[in-house]
Amino acid sequence: MSFPETRRNTPPTADAPAVELLRIDKRFGTVHANREVSLSVAPGTIHGIVGENGAGKSTLMSILYGFYRADRGEIRIAGRPAAIRNSEEAIAAGIGMVHQHFMLVDTFTVVENVILGAEGGRLLASGLHRARSELSELAREYALDVPPDALVGDLPVGLQQRVEILKALYRGAEILVLDEPTGTLAPQEADHLFRILRRLKAQGKTVILITHKLREIMAVTDRISVMRQGRMVAHRDTSATTVGELAELMVGRRVLSEVKKGAAKPGRDLLSVENLRVCDDRGLIRVHEVSFAVRAGEIVGIAGVAGNGQSELLEALAGLRPVARGRILVAGEPVGAGSRLRRHLGLAHVPEDRRRMGLVMPFEARESAILGHHDDPRYRRVALFDWATISRDTASKMDAFDVRPADPRRITAAFSGGNQQKLVLAREFERDPLVLLVGQPTRGVDIGAIEFIHHRLVAMRDAGKAVLLVSAELDEIMGLSDRILVMFGGAIAGEFPAGRATERELGLLMAGAGSAGRERGAP
Amino acid sequence: MSVVATGPAAGLPRWAVLGLLPALNLLAAFAISGLIVLLIGENPWEAVRLLVWGAFGFQEAIGYTLFYATNFIFTGLAVAVAFHCGLFNIGGEGQAYIGGLGMALVCLYLDFLPFALIAPAAVAGAALFGAAWAFVPAWLQAYRGSHIVITTIMFNFIAAAVMAYLLVNVMSRPGSMEPESRDFAPHARLPLMHEALGAIGIDIAASPLNLSFLLALLCCGAVWVFMWHTPAGYRLRTAGASQSAALYGGISPARQIIVAMLVSGALAGCMSLNELMGVQHRLVLEFTAGYGFAGIAVALMGRGHPVGIVIASLLFGALYQGGAELSFEIPSITRDMVVVIQGLVILFAGALEFMFVPAVRAALLRGRGG
Amino acid sequence: MELFTLLVLVLDSTLRLSVPLILAAMAGLFSERSGIIDIGLEGKMLGAAFAAATVATFTASPWAGLAAGIGASMLLALVHGYACITHRGNQVVSGLALNILVSGVTAVLGIAWFAQGGRTPQLPGEARFLPLEWPGAAWLREVPGLGTVYSELLSGHNLMVYLAFLAVPTVAWVLYRTRFGLRLRAAGENPQSVETAGISVIALRYRALLCTGVACGLAGAYLSLAQSASFINDMTAGKGYIALAALIFGKWRPVPALLACLLFGFLDAVAIRLQGVDLPGIGEVPVQFVQALPYVLTVVLLAGFIGRAIPPKALGVPYVKER
Repeated sequence: MSFPETRRNTPPTADAPAVELLRIDKRFGTVHANREVSLSVAPGTIHGIVGENGAGKSTLMSILYGFYRADRGEIRIAGRPAAIRNSEEAIAAGIGMVHQHFMLVDTFTVVENVILGAEGGRLLASGLHRARSELSELAREYALDVPPDALVGDLPVGLQQRVEILKALYRGAEILVLDEPTGTLAPQEADHLFRILRRLKAQGKTVILITHKLREIMAVTDRISVMRQGRMVAHRDTSATTVGELAELMVGRRVLSEVKKGAAKPGRDLLSVENLRVCDDRGLIRVHEVSFAVRAGEIVGIAGVAGNGQSELLEALAGLRPVARGRILVAGEPVGAGSRLRRHLGLAHVPEDRRRMGLVMPFEARESAILGHHDDPRYRRVALFDWATISRDTASKMDAFDVRPADPRRITAAFSGGNQQKLVLAREFERDPLVLLVGQPTRGVDIGAIEFIHHRLVAMRDAGKAVLLVSAELDEIMGLSDRILVMFGGAIAGEFPAGRATERELGLLMAGAGSAGRERGAP
Repeated sequence: MSVVATGPAAGLPRWAVLGLLPALNLLAAFAISGLIVLLIGENPWEAVRLLVWGAFGFQEAIGYTLFYATNFIFTGLAVAVAFHCGLFNIGGEGQAYIGGLGMALVCLYLDFLPFALIAPAAVAGAALFGAAWAFVPAWLQAYRGSHIVITTIMFNFIAAAVMAYLLVNVMSRPGSMEPESRDFAPHARLPLMHEALGAIGIDIAASPLNLSFLLALLCCGAVWVFMWHTPAGYRLRTAGASQSAALYGGISPARQIIVAMLVSGALAGCMSLNELMGVQHRLVLEFTAGYGFAGIAVALMGRGHPVGIVIASLLFGALYQGGAELSFEIPSITRDMVVVIQGLVILFAGALEFMFVPAVRAALLRGRGG
Repeated sequence: MELFTLLVLVLDSTLRLSVPLILAAMAGLFSERSGIIDIGLEGKMLGAAFAAATVATFTASPWAGLAAGIGASMLLALVHGYACITHRGNQVVSGLALNILVSGVTAVLGIAWFAQGGRTPQLPGEARFLPLEWPGAAWLREVPGLGTVYSELLSGHNLMVYLAFLAVPTVAWVLYRTRFGLRLRAAGENPQSVETAGISVIALRYRALLCTGVACGLAGAYLSLAQSASFINDMTAGKGYIALAALIFGKWRPVPALLACLLFGFLDAVAIRLQGVDLPGIGEVPVQFVQALPYVLTVVLLAGFIGRAIPPKALGVPYVKER
């Protein structure tokens, strides 16, 4: 147990790094999350770690905090090897973590949350008393004002985050790790957070900041490490790098043969979006009055760092999320609510998360292959499913999309990620839709399947469909799209015709560096 | 070899998950039951022998076994249908009880009709009343988020109070203090199996087995068709497997909750046909006698599939009948022993479903390695 | 009978009838606030009642009986924990299984051991918890008003009745004033927050279930050693479920749960009093109506029409430490 008295007051030796990770390796089943990752963080600095979703940043930090144990590798704290097997040992080693999803108890007050696990005795009274006075001291020291007796659930997100930081400091953290701290913050809240971080640094604390938001990391860090696909690919001094360079490092280049495609022959507008506003589940506006159109025979790619409103836009278009304002037209006709109706209008949707949404994991492949079309009379004889027809239909889809093994009765979950994705694509493409909404079509898919999927997307375009492609992979967007829209902060930050955009330009816009005035959209 | 892909048993072959694990769980339940038999100073092997003989040893016994199994099939199916929608319907007891009311109303007050009309009307009455009793908890779960486990438990008790009131104060036999209704008219009863078969020249021993057994089998088939061969069943299972996938597929999970519970309640309600219209021929207090809860054991053991449910129902029917014979032969082992086994089966096949997974996994690995 | 005396008598039986509810509700509080659904209160009470009566029969000591009851109930709680915490089984299924199992086991063993149709032999006075007469109660009985209250309502209960009422502030104190209580509540709301604070959720929940076992053991022993003088088949008769309803009605908090138990106990006492009584202007109120009220009220509360009962956020969700 670590109480405030046991704070590690020994100052770090002059040149030893505060945190040193040496050749950390971690696998989850078949996923190689961290490959020989090394990192060195100087004491009293703010160190940023950037990378796309799934690059392995969070895994690395979870290892540092004792959530996972590395398969191989070593952790050193202030120059000394440290065995960190659980959170308790991490806390004892002076590490504090602010998780992306706050580890707070909503029904507790701020002080109760702060003392949880560091109560200082069997009874709460003295611990609460000490925490209260300590909190007001910390508040003065670091601009961390939080009402100590307020219920955490009643506080805005920014203040909840301060409670997380206070929790770490109360436990005597010398090293503070923040995982995607600005993901849910309003701009002013984020600015305040950065002020706090600078103060922490001024007081000699070491801060590790994990994010995929480049502009922010440029503003607040001293040094930056870039991760990609489980590897540490570069370390830079913040003063010696640019947003553009970081974006390139983050995205990297995958070894893919270029998609061969002819020039687009765009026809009429099949999907039009007018002043669309969409909110997330908490009611925050995630898409700010967006307007664009996708024409027959073209692929429009939406580029953007995850969390800038693309997912919400896609879900709203698919009818899975209510439209707060504006309207959506398919082939010139305004659409109503609900996803089933839209399917009848000729809208197909490949959802970003196939496991949660696109497929039903415990179902047989043929059952997953009729999701959304289960009411189609073609699949029925009188009132009952005609499984023979469905099996044949599924088998032919599986053939056409090279789903392996082509067994319509295999349980969906038993297919590999790539084959699951091809099953979704087969279901949605073979319906001969007018408009295709495609989210992250190649996420977690092997290279061979990626090329296959890319060719099918181009084929759909050439067949006169309107394709809207949302992807976190910049080269996918650049390789496939006839037009590229860049989303930042819920608004469209820029538009490029095919071939006219460079990775650098896109990266800058994606990072919000392109047009300061449009940052985070209209009020 | 096909392999189970998800859940705690991921990676194990299907035969192990569908055959070996349930067998091990059942074995554990029986092993502990055997210990209890030892504890009261009797010989477990002798008990097993008597039990099997009592359940299958002679024609009348088989009739009784099937009679009990009928009740289990109805309540087991009821629980299974709700399970497939991700719901835990613990209220089969109350739904069966109220279903009995619906059936009895038909048999008591529409008995001017001929049997050909009374029979379907009684089935409809049982199903409708059972479904209605399930509707309120379903609606509260779907649209108010009230935990269905708790509300169905409460509805069991409310049903018990309602029925007690009706039987004591409203429907009791004129001039009698007994909390039961008057007898159904002779043509408002379900023919017993030995009578029905006797009429077409087949002779079997007399037992309470009646035509509702056929209805139960019919329901098994109907549930199987509904679940796996109709769009409605597909919607229900999709909502049970993944709410987000259901929404993506244009399926409203809230509506599926209602549908599943209505079907579930209707099936539970039909249990009364066997017990009352078939045998007791009047509405009596607490005729459900725990069959609603036992349905949970049946559904768990039968893995929610009608065929499995029939097998599990036969097992429990045999336990009930064999248990009765057993307690006749060895009075110190009462029929409550069957309740013990039931509880143990729910514990091992339900809550500790995956207890043997690590052991089975290790055994298979060793088998493959050596 | 004089109305005042009647009221005192009804309140007196309310106290007696609510004791098992209070103890069981406090038991459920520990389990559910730590995140484990417990519909097995009924079974634990029944098991404890049987164990207590059995041991008291052989030892003629209520204390040995009480210890046995608590032990039996804790054992059942551990089985529940083994299924729900260690094996992450379905908490509702586990609780239900234990209820059914216990109702069978107590009947089987009771009949086999005592051959009295499931009853245990009548316990002599010294093997039970007997009413304690407060000083001067007999003398004050004749004083109208306060004297009646003192001698009928306050005095003349057995030790466990007073214990039950002491249990509520104790539970509240543990829950809100101690480190254990803080962590327990946190485990029921956000177990990850507990684990990241360096505390084992698993150990914490096991400890919570042991507390549940103790309180349920008290409730069960009360039934067979204090309220009655023997164990009777299925003597809990749904009290475990009513206690659960009271716990929900009290929104998972000690004092409101106590009030709910008193309310439900009062309804029970009234139902007994009303049996066959013609009320002027109303006629005979059906007892069943009064008996069903606790359940109806709980459903109405759960439906959110009168306030809202928000359960602990992690209630019923098996805790998985690693992904």
